[in-house]
Amino acid sequence: MSRRNIEENVFKGLMVVSTLIILSTLVLILATVTVKGLPALNLAMITQTPKGGYYLGKEGGVLNAIVGSLYLAGGATLLAISISLVVVLYLNVYAKKDSHLAAFTRFSFDVLWGIPSIVYGAFGFTIMIFFGLRTSLLAGIIAVSLLILPIMSRAMDEVIRMVPEELFDASYALGATRLETAFKVIARQALPGILTAVLVAFGRGIGDAASVIFTAGFTDSIPYSLFRPAATLPLAIFFQLGTPIPEVQDRAYASALILTVIILIISVVSRILTKKFTKHIVK
Amino acid sequence: MQSRRLLKDRIASKLMMLLTIFSGLIVFVMAFGLYQRSRPILAIKPLAELLFSTSWHPLRGEFGFFPFIMGSLWVTGVALAIAVPLCLLTAIYLSQYAHRRVREWTNPLIDLLAGIPSVVYGMWGILIIVPLIKNDIAPFFGIFSTGYSVIAGSIVLAIMIFPIIIHVSVEVFRSVPYEVSEASLALGATKWQTVKHVVIRKAMPGVIAAIVLGLSRAFGETMAVLMVAGNVAEAPSSVFDPAYPLPALIANNYGEMLSVPLYDSALLLASLVLLLVVLFFNIISRVILIRVERSIQ
Repeated sequence: MSRRNIEENVFKGLMVVSTLIILSTLVLILATVTVKGLPALNLAMITQTPKGGYYLGKEGGVLNAIVGSLYLAGGATLLAISISLVVVLYLNVYAKKDSHLAAFTRFSFDVLWGIPSIVYGAFGFTIMIFFGLRTSLLAGIIAVSLLILPIMSRAMDEVIRMVPEELFDASYALGATRLETAFKVIARQALPGILTAVLVAFGRGIGDAASVIFTAGFTDSIPYSLFRPAATLPLAIFFQLGTPIPEVQDRAYASALILTVIILIISVVSRILTKKFTKHIVK
Repeated sequence: MQSRRLLKDRIASKLMMLLTIFSGLIVFVMAFGLYQRSRPILAIKPLAELLFSTSWHPLRGEFGFFPFIMGSLWVTGVALAIAVPLCLLTAIYLSQYAHRRVREWTNPLIDLLAGIPSVVYGMWGILIIVPLIKNDIAPFFGIFSTGYSVIAGSIVLAIMIFPIIIHVSVEVFRSVPYEVSEASLALGATKWQTVKHVVIRKAMPGVIAAIVLGLSRAFGETMAVLMVAGNVAEAPSSVFDPAYPLPALIANNYGEMLSVPLYDSALLLASLVLLLVVLFFNIISRVILIRVERSIQ
């Protein structure tokens, strides 16, 4: 075998090994979360709030964090949808193809997408102080919605861009205004893709800790108002992992498993939606 | 009736444009908001002193960010050293060698890796990586380490930035026109020779953009690093030393920051610095990627 063929094979081997290493980290992480989380999971864990303080109390579960996370990520997703959808429809229906505003907005979403979530948390904190809010569900929702806005918008923009030009023409030819075209035709055509974008953003929102640590706070109880602090699953993991008490650490492991399962479900559902969506695209 | 519909359309157009402009300006609003809150400390201390002083004693009013900046640089640098070779080899494999079916299998898995929350990475780091370093790796080099160290943070970070580097560089490698590789293959070059001399060279700017995106992600990552890096306010001098990166500093002190004068201002200044650094890297890599995209079309 000539030298260059040996080199070919060595590098091909290295590539396969690298790919396997990267994929095995995923397996390793999922396995660790399952092995630690599954024994800790029981009915009390998901139906009770922690008793005697989340950091020290041995009894109870993480219902506070489950409900808090769903409220928080749900609220942030709703807020982000109402901004994203409007902006993305504007970019694709109203703005001209070579418009500076459209180019600038897309670029700014790309850049926002890369900003670390702790910065959103810190900025959320400055908003909180500005409006005289305390750590609360509302402040958390605002910070997280800013965090997921660029993720959602980029994903929506990508699917709406794929809507064929003819559909616009057909709608205009029937006498529809741009507004009617945007919300009644284009948004409907891209609906599965929009839902995928929403799901992905929700998944990102529910898993983020750094943006809520300043803003949403943490509490043992389930929030009953927007102005109360709210517990979240990521912070339940973070705080309860730091205690010396094994029963409390179990709550962290259980939270991690619940969070990971939520992320897995979102990932599978959005894959299915994407497949369905691309099937009907006219190319 | 007709005119009412048109009026609605026109009003909606203006409102939607306003919202679009607003969302495009969020970056600036964030930078401005953080700057406003960090002015009290900037008014007392020169920026250079804050960035290069090693003395971090909030109670005495001394806020030197240097140990944290060094912590960030160490953790990010080592993470890149681990991630870049693995990611590039994987990206070349997936884009040039692998069968379509392999790609269809690996893509969702890599996406999943990107979706795992950073606290879960942190927890995994505490359970697996930290003990591994404490019991096996550090003793192997004859060093004592608690395990909570630069290297623990870097390993976890490296895994977290795999998806973004792979994703962007696969796109870039695949965008190299096949005719270029064909010409090289026709001259009798092996596949790897073609990749090495033609594809990588062609894709270089895009690959750099991918790495810079990974870098900025690593630089700003908070929770996972906070959980495994050890958090000692001293510049590390080896990979087995603990580190206290800038984002971890911000997240770790949310409780005390309102009770010590200027503390909140210092931490929000740290956030502003983080924002500007990451913004800088992001803008560079996005501009490169836009250029790459244009050069293909």
